[in-house]
Amino acid sequence: MQIRPILAALRRHRMATVLIALEIALACAVLCNACFLIAGRIDAIQVDSGVDEASLATVQLAGYENAHAVDLNARVLTGLGSIAGVQSVSLLNSIPFGARRGTAGITTDMAGKHFGGVVEFYVGGPGSLSALGTRLVAGRNPQPDDFRPFTALMPDDASVQVTRALAEHLWPGVDPLGKEFWLDKSHFRVVGVIDHLVRPDPGGWPGDSRDWSVFVPAQSSVYLSGSYLLRAAPTDLPRVLRDARAAIAKIAPDAVLDQDGTQTLGDLRTRSFQKDRAMIGMLVGVIVALLLVTALGIVGLASFWVAQRRRQIGIRRAIGATRRDILHYFQTENFLIVSFGIVLGMVLAYALNLLLMTHYELPRLPLAYLPIGAVALWLLGQLAVLGPALRAAAVPPVVATRG
Amino acid sequence: MFGYYLDLALRSLKRNKVLTALMVIAIAVGIGASMTTLTVMHLLSGDPVPTRSGTLFYPQVDGNPTPGDFKQPLDVMDYQSAVDLWGAHRADAQTLVVDSPVRLSAPGVNLPTLMPSMLSTTSDFFPMFDVPFRYGSGWSADDDARHARVAVISDDLNHKLFGGRDSVGQVLRLRDTDVRIVGVLRSWRPSPVFYTVAGGRFANGDTADFYGKTQDVFTPFFTGLELNDGNFQQFTCWHMPERPGHLQNSPCAWVRLWVQLGDAGKVAAYKQFLDGYAAQQASLGRIVRPQNTRLRSLMQWLDYNGVVPGDVRLQTWLAFAFLAICLFNMIGLLLAKFLRRSGEIGVRRALGASRGAVFAQCLVEAGLVGLIGGIGGLGLTLLGLWLVRRQPVAYADLAHLDVSMFVATFVTAIAASLLAGVLPAFRASRVAPGLQLKTL
Repeated sequence: MQIRPILAALRRHRMATVLIALEIALACAVLCNACFLIAGRIDAIQVDSGVDEASLATVQLAGYENAHAVDLNARVLTGLGSIAGVQSVSLLNSIPFGARRGTAGITTDMAGKHFGGVVEFYVGGPGSLSALGTRLVAGRNPQPDDFRPFTALMPDDASVQVTRALAEHLWPGVDPLGKEFWLDKSHFRVVGVIDHLVRPDPGGWPGDSRDWSVFVPAQSSVYLSGSYLLRAAPTDLPRVLRDARAAIAKIAPDAVLDQDGTQTLGDLRTRSFQKDRAMIGMLVGVIVALLLVTALGIVGLASFWVAQRRRQIGIRRAIGATRRDILHYFQTENFLIVSFGIVLGMVLAYALNLLLMTHYELPRLPLAYLPIGAVALWLLGQLAVLGPALRAAAVPPVVATRG
Repeated sequence: MFGYYLDLALRSLKRNKVLTALMVIAIAVGIGASMTTLTVMHLLSGDPVPTRSGTLFYPQVDGNPTPGDFKQPLDVMDYQSAVDLWGAHRADAQTLVVDSPVRLSAPGVNLPTLMPSMLSTTSDFFPMFDVPFRYGSGWSADDDARHARVAVISDDLNHKLFGGRDSVGQVLRLRDTDVRIVGVLRSWRPSPVFYTVAGGRFANGDTADFYGKTQDVFTPFFTGLELNDGNFQQFTCWHMPERPGHLQNSPCAWVRLWVQLGDAGKVAAYKQFLDGYAAQQASLGRIVRPQNTRLRSLMQWLDYNGVVPGDVRLQTWLAFAFLAICLFNMIGLLLAKFLRRSGEIGVRRALGASRGAVFAQCLVEAGLVGLIGGIGGLGLTLLGLWLVRRQPVAYADLAHLDVSMFVATFVTAIAASLLAGVLPAFRASRVAPGLQLKTL
């Protein structure tokens, strides 16, 4: 197929060619960035929580008097523990994908000069870490005498487990066991490293920082009360949670059940990513509409050109061009225009990405998205032009002799 | 003349139905997407107190005594600074604001105990923010001073507890304290709930929760602090509070102050007063960055907090990029349509129509496409807003088309299609009549 006559013909339709190419370019830019945004959201949704979500639920109480908190804890732990099917009930202040009560900035020196980042403190009673089902990768799990009573917001001295991501952030390349850090005056010593333990609100944190968590063992107290972790077999869990909700009225008439916060971890997880799912839906909608409009534009313009060139097509057919030649002519023409658009579109895609990077905390667009966008638009162009091109190929040679 | 052009345009649009339909669909889809997101943007970035937002200001002093080079004061104030500034009564009106969850029951009402959010504030709150009352009214400055056991409740709570009837004089139990209802609000949905907005710059654009409902119970500031002592949440602390939940004179920031200042002179005077207060506190050693004071207006404060959620802004960008693509599409199709009629245009030109007349006629045709596309776009906008209302976000129930956006839909559609029509119409008006007549 000769390209030069096609280029010569396009030069005579400069404006229309440029318009279609520009449309393709814009579509390419939006397509690449939208795909990239979708990939980011999917990545966020698929975060590894590090806990056995399917076996866990939480019960949240509020409205009780601080003076009765320890007594309330004792009543709830025994009361919920006696429900059939419950494997364990324990105290845990923050809940993955749920209540967030331990977000604080830490320092790696006592004087508070070296800021280590904002982490999540999971303060938990005996049995809570094993109930979560986190995987220990170094050091040890908490032992019975690690769980100490405390009288302030946080225990003032504790042996803790940190996530691998946090350990690597605070002490890159160094064995974290035995390392220390501080929260104001409270002192913590790392005795174990766990694989993953996601923050309650992973959506708001970039990259690995969504996994910066610390497990602090502690005893029941005013500041560790009203937030319980239930563990049961996944098949029993919905029924166990229903029973627990009903039982609370009898066990703890002095407290108010937080209906919204009392959920299975699976439901909490679904809820915490609802917005991301809605955004993915919107982005997919935009992409579909975008491809549709672009395709319709190509169909419209190609049809116009075919109609306009009917006579010329007839002449070409009369002097020996086959139907296949005519078909290929329009297909090649479309390929060339789309290619111009794609070249421009890649530049635009990068520009759009830079713009998004300045307004939102987005990483740079990986190069791999550009060929995906290019192939998608080439395919779209060929599909859209097929109808008009077939119509062109069907023009009989006799047209040349009329008019 | 316009009627004649309109007739020509209708004939031309009817002649090639497929091309017309393609253009109308392109414009309708583009308008539908962009007007949906623009309506949400319009609702979320609007003025929550349109009657007087220009006179409302949010004073800030930096109560954090930790040395350091912090460019901005904390988003909210420590107790002492807030109460000192409020007590000075230097503004036309001023109010302290703090919210906390409280246990609530109503004697004689057969409902389980609730845990609504309670706003503890001072008497100026209601007149300052133009809060509408259905029954009764707010409390007096005297009630503030006496720590009176009174409360104002929201329309929602009044419906839940008392079925919407006049409940003034009824008693509510807040934690262990009985308070008397003195006022019931009309349905009031400022968006965002501006008076508790803070910390937006740390939210990474996830600010949808600023657009939730207002608190359900309002009590005098000091009454609230007494009856719900131990249940207050800090915005931030520079040291651990001794007794969490009890934050008076703690090393924490947790109280907001709003002031009303009638004119520019008063604003300047208040800023001076604020600077003077910070300097005086610095000399006492309580404040280390006396230069860190701010007096932002309501809209500046919302802007500083970036209250419009990042997702919404992103959607608006996307929708407009999409509209741009639709427009390019339409330019191409219009060009095809107009140039196809070169012969007809040639005849008209030969019979004496000026270039301007051909240009105007083509634009009328483009505008007509825009109008029809606008009607389709309106339908798609309504569909889009219905989809937004089904989203799990705090502002979902706000997403309705108002009159201004209804008009804007058509204005945008017609303006966009006229813009798209300019280039093709110009080309059409340049058709050389002689050449076209020869080929007829």
